[in-house]
Amino acid sequence: MSARFEPVTGRYLRLDLLGKPHRLYLEEAGEGIPLLCLHTAGADTRQYRAVLNEPRILKDFRVIAFDLPWHGKSSPPAGWQNADYQLTSRDYLDIVMTVAHALQLERPVAMGCSIGGRIALHLALEYPEHFGAIIGLQAGAHVDPYYDLGWLHRPDVHGGEVCAGIVSGLIGPRSPEAQRWETLWHYMQGGPGVFKGDLHFYTKDGDIRARVEEIDTARCPLYLLSGEYDYSCTPEDTRDLARRIKGTQAVIMEGLGHFPMSEDPGRFLSYLLPVLDRIRGARNGDLKQG
Amino acid sequence: MEQLAQLVNANDRLVWRGRFVDTTFLVEVGEVSWLVSISAGRITSVTRGPFVMPAWTFALRASRETWEQFWLANPRPGFHDLFALVKRRALRIEGNLHPFMSNLLYFKDVMAVLRPRVEAR
Repeated sequence: MSARFEPVTGRYLRLDLLGKPHRLYLEEAGEGIPLLCLHTAGADTRQYRAVLNEPRILKDFRVIAFDLPWHGKSSPPAGWQNADYQLTSRDYLDIVMTVAHALQLERPVAMGCSIGGRIALHLALEYPEHFGAIIGLQAGAHVDPYYDLGWLHRPDVHGGEVCAGIVSGLIGPRSPEAQRWETLWHYMQGGPGVFKGDLHFYTKDGDIRARVEEIDTARCPLYLLSGEYDYSCTPEDTRDLARRIKGTQAVIMEGLGHFPMSEDPGRFLSYLLPVLDRIRGARNGDLKQG
Repeated sequence: MEQLAQLVNANDRLVWRGRFVDTTFLVEVGEVSWLVSISAGRITSVTRGPFVMPAWTFALRASRETWEQFWLANPRPGFHDLFALVKRRALRIEGNLHPFMSNLLYFKDVMAVLRPRVEAR
């Protein structure tokens, strides 16, 4: 195979987040409607490698994905060694809004998976006027912990191996081997306690069950895509959410699990592209009317 | 379960992944119990109960119907992984979980090896 560059550019952004200086890693590709992608708990931007490389998306969308602080190539803030990492709804919202503002994104489309999908629901609730549309992948209103999260961060259990072990079953069983193990590799590379700290948001602080009916899809369209093999955010959770949020469009993706964009990109794109087409069409319609 | 030792021990990469595992665990398939002993990732014995005084580190307990669904070549969603069973409260894992959790990928594949045509992941 001859060497070639992907159309993806990676850069570091210096900015203050949550009152502290941060060095944030982000990747982008394409031109057009901003599409801001949010990775899952304990992982990073590499999950969106296929979206960032897809010509059918890049011709109309400027795809941007960033590693949350503590994740991927984004560093934790100075002094991290003196406190436990715990993601909260408030901090997560602040981070996403600060990054979107710093990049001067005009009504971006936000697409998040798992914790990213959960915060997408929070964004739809709190900041609908700031977003052109919101796409929740594996986006549930709440998940009760079903195992002791303490196993994810203790020195006598290898953090990378146990995190990968925990999530391995969340991948659709017939996903391509290379993509499955790429996805697990990202989990094997997370810093100590980072996955666990993200799950504080996912299993406790980020519970949005009591408020999802307040999401107004007339102000910001909401699309839900969920994999049928996901037992964390199940198809039934997604259907329940779609019943409770008027105007939501939900699709269950056959064969896929909790990491659709990473575990089986080809199959995922067959579900994502029609959604992006609709968003693009609606946006162009708005421009013509305006 | 009678085939477990042969299938695991024939899989070099799986044995390698479990190279630090030395333990005995119990598998409950409905009314029938099995004790599985492992040394350096190789299964040294699989013994069918009933047992008078079984000694084990951890136990995996589920109904026969649950395991039958889990061991299908293409299990349905919710039956395709040990933690999918745990989430649905169809599998109970109890005892000293340290060997299990610190070798989770290994034990998941050990239990999945009984699926027809299952490929090493």
